[in-house]
Amino acid sequence: MTAVQISVFLENKSGRLAEVTHALAGGGVNIRALSLAETIDYGVLRLIVDKPKEAKTALAEAGFTVTETEVIAVEMPDRPGGLSGVVDMVTGRGLNIEYLYAFVGQRGENAVVIFRIDKAEEAIAVLKEGGAHMLSAAELGAI
Amino acid sequence: MPESAPCWNHEAEFIVPGALRALQSQRLAEVVARVYESVPYYRQKLEAAGVRPAEIRGIEDIGRLPFTGKDDLRKTYPFGLFAVPMEQVVRVHASSGTTGKSTVVGYTREDVETWAEVIARTLAAGGTQRGDVVQNSYGYGLFTGGLGLHYGAELIGATVVPTSGGQTKRQVQLLGDFGATVLCCTPSYALVIGETGREMGVDFKDLPLRVGFFGAEPWSPGMRQEIESVLHAHALDIYGLSEIIGPGVSFECLEKDGLHINEDHFYPEVVDPETGEPVPEGEVGELVFTTLTKQALPLLRYRSRDLTRIFSEPCGCGRTLRRMERVTGRSDDMLIIRGVNVFPSQIEEILMGIDETTANYVLVVDRKPRGMDELEVQVEVSQATFSDEMSKLEALDERIRSEIESRLGIRAAVRLVEPKSLERSMGKAKRVIDRRDLGE
Repeated sequence: MTAVQISVFLENKSGRLAEVTHALAGGGVNIRALSLAETIDYGVLRLIVDKPKEAKTALAEAGFTVTETEVIAVEMPDRPGGLSGVVDMVTGRGLNIEYLYAFVGQRGENAVVIFRIDKAEEAIAVLKEGGAHMLSAAELGAI
Repeated sequence: MPESAPCWNHEAEFIVPGALRALQSQRLAEVVARVYESVPYYRQKLEAAGVRPAEIRGIEDIGRLPFTGKDDLRKTYPFGLFAVPMEQVVRVHASSGTTGKSTVVGYTREDVETWAEVIARTLAAGGTQRGDVVQNSYGYGLFTGGLGLHYGAELIGATVVPTSGGQTKRQVQLLGDFGATVLCCTPSYALVIGETGREMGVDFKDLPLRVGFFGAEPWSPGMRQEIESVLHAHALDIYGLSEIIGPGVSFECLEKDGLHINEDHFYPEVVDPETGEPVPEGEVGELVFTTLTKQALPLLRYRSRDLTRIFSEPCGCGRTLRRMERVTGRSDDMLIIRGVNVFPSQIEEILMGIDETTANYVLVVDRKPRGMDELEVQVEVSQATFSDEMSKLEALDERIRSEIESRLGIRAAVRLVEPKSLERSMGKAKRVIDRRDLGE
């Protein structure tokens, strides 16, 4: 089970991030979580939103390079060792995590971690086997 | 001053203008006859232009000859314009061309001697003589700079230190240890040597360095002042292009007021780059050269694409060889970066071969204060293939960088930018932003 992340290529120019948030606001899109990876020259903004389709359209219309990326969203207990347990499941099988970021949602006692793993299917199988709870795109959007 | 101006070949450099014209006329007739006889490509070109060699009697007839361009060299790549059998070619050099293929030039033994002669004139005009130590930091190899200066310095009888480029700290060390009195390199590298020396605690005032010959890239009067104040030596300009012979086509004397053209070997014209018609004397246009004495690769009316003017007012040094102003621009889009010719089309070709980018790019050339020329290639990331993984974007960066380095021999910084973010004009995109201060 995978979820959808919206990835945006951003040059390191002042005001560029504001343009992203304006475009999303204009499209009635709510941001659930975000993560920014950057070099000196540019960055990639990764977004979890309630309405990925609308988000992509709004950003493309605003002239951004934007792509949908399949990610794995795992719900985990919001307590010490919560993330560690999930990461161990994946790396224990030799799978490589490209990146991850986590956020604390409004779902009871749990937090959500977003994974990008090169071998997504294998990762899903491993996580399932380990009893991790993965969120669908719809569940993620509804947080 | 005229009597004391240092020179290498007084007879040639102080020749009476009438005698020079007679010599040029005779040599022009000879070279036209020679290419007609020996180079099928030129024979066709001359016939197409309706010119028979016998009709070219003197320099006044030069306007009847067809132009030669880089395109002709490309079509005949690699040796098709050579006028002698390969057994007589003792050397080839090559520089990058507008597309994948290099511009290849050849030399007979006599050509190598001619080249050494014009370089000897160049070096002697700055006072170089037997007993001088010449540190030659031009690159040795296919590039004409290193070997070109080398042979001229040896002809004079100076002691050559062939350091070639790079390893700047060692360059500074050797300048001091071997007591170089003469330095040859690009003007931007001269500043790098100066800056490195400063960092190493070297005071150039204490070194015997007296004069430098700086060329292979455009520079400004401001840069001359800076080099002279940093190195405590005269900074003289030297001009050339490999197609004609390499460095040594023209040179500055210590008057530092224009470059004397070795016009007994290379006949210069200035034409309107659009129409090809000669411009009135003293006006700016495109430099065109006819090699009057070259054996291996004689070229008729070669379009240099360099823009400048020629003037014949007497020079304070007394030389009668006419002078050209330093080159201030190009009639095509070629860039000279650290002595390497770069055409935007070459970069485009590389980018077209990489799926993840569009062919939208901008080249930014900059020269930091006291630094070398820097090339930055700004490339638009393609919407279709954009990856959100930094490792892949960085790998793309690296791939473009290494392709440019391996194909063009120049290091460039690569900057990925958003699609449609590069400035586009109506029609032709602006491909080059040159921030180097090469103006007055």
